[in-house]
Amino acid sequence: MDLPMMDRRGFLAAGGGLCVGLSLGGGRASAQGFRAARGLSLGEVDTFLAVAADGRVTLYSGKVDLGTGVRTALMQIAAEELDLPMSRVSVVQGDTLLTPDQGATISSVSISRGGVEVRRAAATARAALLAAAAREWSVPVEGLATLDGEVRAPDGRALDYGKLVGGRTFMLKVDPKVKVKDPASYRLVGRSVPRVELPAMVTGQFEFMHDVRVPGMLHARVVRPPAMRGRLGEVDDSAARRIPGFVATVRVRDFLAVVARDEWAAIRAARALRAQWARWEGLPDQSQLWASVRASPILRDDVTQNVGNAPLMLQKATRVLRSTFDFAIHTHGSIGPSCAIAQWEDGRLTCWSASQQTHELRRQLADMFALGADQVRCLYVEGSGCYGRNGHEDAAADAALIAREIGRPVRVQWSREDEHVWDPKGPPTLIDYVAGLDERGQVTAWTAEAWIPQGQSVSRATLVAAELGGLPTDASHPGSVQQHLAIQYGFPNIRSVAHRLAHTPFRPSWIRTPGRMQNTFGNEVFVDELAQAAGVDPIAFRLRHLSDARAAEVLGRVAKLAQWVPHEATRPVLQAGRRTGRGVSYVKYELVRTYVAVVAEVEVDVDSGAVRVTRVHVAHDCGQVINPDGLRNQIEGCVIQTASRTMVEELRFDRSTVTSRDWASYPIMRFPDVPDVTIDIIDRPGEPPWGAGEPTAAVIPSAISNAIHDAIGVRMRSVPFTPSKVKAALRAAREAGTRG
Amino acid sequence: MARRIALTVNGRVSRIEVDDPTMPLLYALRNELNLKGLHFGCGLAQCGACTVQVGAAAVRSCALPVSQAEGKPITTLEGIGETGRLHPLQQAFIDEQAAQCGYCTGGMIMQAKALLESNRSPSDEEIRRALAGNLCRCGSQLRVLRAVRRAARAMA
Ligand code: FES
Ligand code: FES
Repeated sequence: MDLPMMDRRGFLAAGGGLCVGLSLGGGRASAQGFRAARGLSLGEVDTFLAVAADGRVTLYSGKVDLGTGVRTALMQIAAEELDLPMSRVSVVQGDTLLTPDQGATISSVSISRGGVEVRRAAATARAALLAAAAREWSVPVEGLATLDGEVRAPDGRALDYGKLVGGRTFMLKVDPKVKVKDPASYRLVGRSVPRVELPAMVTGQFEFMHDVRVPGMLHARVVRPPAMRGRLGEVDDSAARRIPGFVATVRVRDFLAVVARDEWAAIRAARALRAQWARWEGLPDQSQLWASVRASPILRDDVTQNVGNAPLMLQKATRVLRSTFDFAIHTHGSIGPSCAIAQWEDGRLTCWSASQQTHELRRQLADMFALGADQVRCLYVEGSGCYGRNGHEDAAADAALIAREIGRPVRVQWSREDEHVWDPKGPPTLIDYVAGLDERGQVTAWTAEAWIPQGQSVSRATLVAAELGGLPTDASHPGSVQQHLAIQYGFPNIRSVAHRLAHTPFRPSWIRTPGRMQNTFGNEVFVDELAQAAGVDPIAFRLRHLSDARAAEVLGRVAKLAQWVPHEATRPVLQAGRRTGRGVSYVKYELVRTYVAVVAEVEVDVDSGAVRVTRVHVAHDCGQVINPDGLRNQIEGCVIQTASRTMVEELRFDRSTVTSRDWASYPIMRFPDVPDVTIDIIDRPGEPPWGAGEPTAAVIPSAISNAIHDAIGVRMRSVPFTPSKVKAALRAAREAGTRG
Repeated sequence: MARRIALTVNGRVSRIEVDDPTMPLLYALRNELNLKGLHFGCGLAQCGACTVQVGAAAVRSCALPVSQAEGKPITTLEGIGETGRLHPLQQAFIDEQAAQCGYCTGGMIMQAKALLESNRSPSDEEIRRALAGNLCRCGSQLRVLRAVRRAARAMA
């Protein structure tokens, strides 16, 4: 056996960090004395895998499980490629000291990128194990096989992985061309392996971020300004000081917090604190929101699609169709408000949080406190479901700032109001569409023009504590919200432009399917309008403009699943009573991956304007399926969460601050209203695996809008589709005396 | 003035000291007794993440002053079953894979337990209504519905 004699600790040290007292399990006692490794190379097998002497394998993943089942799926991939029972694999995720920076856990790429990186590393490791055994036995490698964590020879000899590499490293580059397993021989991938966390979750043994405690830890609450930008005046903490358990008031410029020995004392002390805040009324008048978005200064225009000469062809069109779409501001609404713990030792900061981007958070915290990145360690601990950049990173910054001020480890638990008001928001989105038709109803030109926040390639949000405390922080960039301001339909002339705005009312952030949901909403309703104008069935119309076999297959499969009856998309405006309707929508995610087609069914009560989404049919093709039940779980979640966002959610605010402060003032869909979901999964074992955490969400608002049109003959172009908006649309349609 | 309170949780009596008798039961259970099956979600009795049983009733522990829970039998997720001898609801939640992040799950199970104890074979409508006060942001509701149905069958 001639694998180099170096253990993982040595590997990390060689990578630039000397990890004194480091426990490789990422245990909490291990935070002492670290010097963080400089970036772990994605090109090294040891970055991803460590084989212990007992043959157990630890998988180091920069992609984290946000409640999506990614941990289980990555374990399946690694165990499959290594020919190992899953019970011998464990996962360390999102620890900036131990796991590689595979980018934030966003955009449904944990499997398509993260999983494929793990697969190649595991396949390279398996090849090395085979070669090591061949040398050990002096036999040709060709005859050897791997099974159940052992290399086996034809003569019956076997060596387990622990004996071959146990405790040492591979010191091997990941072979990008490594031969991975033939899907036909899969035992784990493609099977509905149960989520590994569930037994602990249903018995109360699972440790969430909110359950983490560190020795000597105190509890803090941040006292937030009554306006989104608050200058702090005088603070009177005399009443707070009388609360038993009170420890300290912390003030850093406009950042204010109280610290106590126990959590309830911290809450009481925060309530007892008297602070004077300057008035601030810089938010737009919500009733004029869309006018103010349209009037915002534009920093730059991004042309997101340009085919032929759409402006010219619009001028020549026989008929021109125009529609404007808007999509309300949303909050993430994680059920558990953000929570974090921070601890300083010898000028080094350790921070536990449920951040989906621990490596980025490490950089942000290092900037905030003027530290080197190797002086900050961020560890991921699972929190309440996370659908984008919510308050986790802000809670981490709160805890870090308070802990620095008082010199003790501090836990910060956000209140429900903190989360609703202070998480960064899904920005308001406004899109104008214009299409030109010729005399036969053929589409000759399509243009889209969107008003969305400015952004850069790195998705990040300003840290509130840094902003209030007057410390360095970044501007907010809400991620790729321009995506899907481009269409797959083969119209001869297309032009789409994103106006990137200088201001947006709240810190803009990404929430599940950011921008792609809003843009697909406009695209797919407007396509339905064009189908209606052409007098063609909406599925047939889409197929006519798509030349992509997989697109045709998902649309065909959803039509079958929903027992779709082809019809023209023209509907009379309903005058009274109730009617059901069905609407279709389709997307190829980011135009390069996962295909989804859905049919939504609704029931509309014209008198009250109430819409109930009764069922959604989904046909889904994300290539190779790792875990079919996990995939269904993600698809169901996409449908239900997005039905909620589409039907009921809208952040309310006055000129100073958010007035949607809890679940009463920002309701989400409840059990009785949740639609049924039927799913047809198209598995393609020979294709690369793509993601499923977002694509289905992209098509839900448009499918519901199209279904409402099918039911009552009006187009809903403003999310959420509240009863009052439905009634207003009906009124307008009747007054115009037109059809939808 | 600190006050001693005796709580009967999962059949065992624990004595804790509280500075404020109006402190919600949630903080006593989570921070004094180290129970992790109930979660803080809102503190406003709006989400159900903190649900426990007090007697037979499903109760929001974030809204019940600890002093009012004194002397009453309190049951948490930890008390209804453990690995190897799961409650039928816990088993059904695993069988149906009825969770995503799992943060709401404990509250769902406790709410469903109270339902099944008063109605052994609820209709889908009844289950949906009984769980209307339990929020799930991940969208696990259809699985929860299937799990509660499955548990009802198993308990019949
Ligand atoms: S935390 Fe008690 S109901 Fe939400
Ligand atoms: S499973 Fe995440 S909130 Fe319900």
